[in-house]
Amino acid sequence: MLRTTRKSAAALIAGVVFSFGLAGSVLAQTPSASGSATLDNVRKRGELLCGMAGTVPGFSLADSQGVMRGLDADSCRIVAAAALGDASKVKFVVTTTQNRFTALQSGEVDMLSRSTTWTLSREGNLGLMFAWINYFDGTGFLVKKSAGIKSAKEMDGATICVQPGTSTELAIADYYRVNNMKFTPILIQDINEIQGAFLSGRCDAYSTDASALATFRFSQGPKADDLVLLSDIISKEPLGVMVRKGDDKWFDLVRWSFVAALTAEENGVTSKNIDTFADSKIPDIRRLLGLEGELGKALGVDQKWAYNIVKQVGNFAEIWDRNITPMGVPRGINNLWNKGGLQYAPPMR
Amino acid sequence: MSSATTTDPRLTAPRAAPKKRMRLSWSDPVFRSIVWQVLIVGVIVAIVWYLAANTNRNLASRRIATGFGFLSRNAGIPIGESPIPYDPSISTYGDALIIGILNTLKVAVIGVVLATILGTVIGIARLSRNWLVAKLAAVYVEVLRDLPLLLQLLFWYTLLQALPGPKQSLHIGDAVFLSNRGIKIPLMVWQPAHSLALLAFAVGLIGTWLYARRSRRRQEATGERPVVWPAALGLLVALPLAVWAMLGAPFQVELPVLRGFNFQGGGLISPEYGALLIGLVIYTASYIAEIVRSGIQSVAQGQWEAGEALGLSRAQVMRRIVLPQALRVIIPPMTSQYLNLTKNSSLAVAIGYQDVVSIAGTTLNQTGQAIEGIAYIMAVYLTISLSISLFMNWYNAHIALVER
Repeated sequence: MLRTTRKSAAALIAGVVFSFGLAGSVLAQTPSASGSATLDNVRKRGELLCGMAGTVPGFSLADSQGVMRGLDADSCRIVAAAALGDASKVKFVVTTTQNRFTALQSGEVDMLSRSTTWTLSREGNLGLMFAWINYFDGTGFLVKKSAGIKSAKEMDGATICVQPGTSTELAIADYYRVNNMKFTPILIQDINEIQGAFLSGRCDAYSTDASALATFRFSQGPKADDLVLLSDIISKEPLGVMVRKGDDKWFDLVRWSFVAALTAEENGVTSKNIDTFADSKIPDIRRLLGLEGELGKALGVDQKWAYNIVKQVGNFAEIWDRNITPMGVPRGINNLWNKGGLQYAPPMR
Repeated sequence: MSSATTTDPRLTAPRAAPKKRMRLSWSDPVFRSIVWQVLIVGVIVAIVWYLAANTNRNLASRRIATGFGFLSRNAGIPIGESPIPYDPSISTYGDALIIGILNTLKVAVIGVVLATILGTVIGIARLSRNWLVAKLAAVYVEVLRDLPLLLQLLFWYTLLQALPGPKQSLHIGDAVFLSNRGIKIPLMVWQPAHSLALLAFAVGLIGTWLYARRSRRRQEATGERPVVWPAALGLLVALPLAVWAMLGAPFQVELPVLRGFNFQGGGLISPEYGALLIGLVIYTASYIAEIVRSGIQSVAQGQWEAGEALGLSRAQVMRRIVLPQALRVIIPPMTSQYLNLTKNSSLAVAIGYQDVVSIAGTTLNQTGQAIEGIAYIMAVYLTISLSISLFMNWYNAHIALVER
């Protein structure tokens, strides 16, 4: 609940931060040692500030030891491994769907890894840019089995629970408009409140990214069977990690951290076997491990940056299997390009 | 009374003080005060200018869109309940934000009226001679004043969600349905005749007011007060009814009908609006009750005794002697409560009622223009709050003891 009331506070703080122009914004103008003001700040601070949700199983949720777990959390870790050589040096900053962009714009976080859909207006208007897609998703509907709904097309006149300020609410509005149907939205900011409203029967359906619906259904334990995830996917939701515009070197580092994790998967390099590749003859692997070429230098980081990512966090498949597979979600289009998916890593050379 | 021989000092103009020229010296108080005022204004202007310039520069350097151009852009965001027609495919962000204001006003205006009625009843009940009534009122005040409002709102919302679904809804005949989708009520189909009847009622209202004023003047002049109520009855009830009957007395009711997922037709009070209204009214009424109680108690006991000595009943003393005096104590703190209720309505975001904060929040998130969004919210609340303050100040001056 605190998060809800904190929303406008965060926006206000952002206003104040813009107004007074903290040291960070002054630094952003002047190139420095590494060529990236953000990277310099991260190094000086000794940790990466990473914005995430903190409430979504499989993406970012603290475990019983208080350690943040999930695909979004590990996305922060690979960047920390590349930038600082230590994947554990991440400070996770909880953001809501409404204050996430402000948090990144104002410099409260160095990057945003919060299941955020890559859209034109977000990149064009917000002063932010998407570095990589870590999950190819789409808007889905979760309904109660007792309602007997088989398809989204049957839901004319339905009441739908959705979080405000998301691309989901726009996608649903578009879908109903195209199909000439009507719906009543129930918009609640707090994710626990909106899920409670759906479970109590206030809404006929709960809609968000299909991935989050699957993990939510999974988190219901034995009651999961009372809920049905409709097969209709009504929109494209490429979920990505974002950085501020104006610091291209930092953008490069975040983007290529993901490429490194994917390249490792493509070449069968995992956190377990990476050290056995030390005398590998394959050029791709040698460059990945920093044995050849000057890729680290090009990014302004240590030569072992990609090695650190794979060794400390794992390749992309390991990250997926650790976080998403237990939720019962198949890899599908999120697989590598040569396995029928969309994840295509450009060459690291 | 001034007599012919002595001159009342109040009637002669005070002699003008000799004009002193201001000296450019620190020891001159006029000069000093001017320097200080110029300095303070200068510092404030400099700070505001610095903040505005810095904001603009930072926004520009981060390539963040600025300005209010987004208001005329197509919104695309869905809105749950709206007092005016809204269609995400054609309406703009400007329309959406106006709906936000209307939704806020809808809960604030009705909330203020209901909280005043409930608070006054509870406040008077606390002073009741009936032990049980007084104690119940005291418990009401003490419990509800001490619980955080957000908690109360979530409580009411959860309670309303626990109602049965639309297919098993509780109902009164085929007219009123209570379910977790809200209260569905029959709605009268509005026709031109009704608008004209409403107009006749407004005319009757003005007529009654004029008639009452005339009869008060007559009383002041002759001591005889012509009765007002027959004329009022005729003007306020008979006239609108006659207009309505003359136009054929149209009356048609639209009943809610369960179709598909939900009820169609009829009027709806949504659980979100209901929970917010109930929560705000019940919470604010506990404060208003205390204000009313303290106001009544501030009137000296002697007033009661004097009134009763004149042969007035207790109710008459309360209505004609005590309440008018108590109002002078009650109105100023009441203004704060009205402002509180209005501002507290922004907690609507927690339970999904789309007030101005909720819609502006969504807008700023979809457009990314946080500063404009927050500025809009602040301007709206400032305008509403200042309007309430102005009205209450006017009313306070109106009922204030006229000092001669």
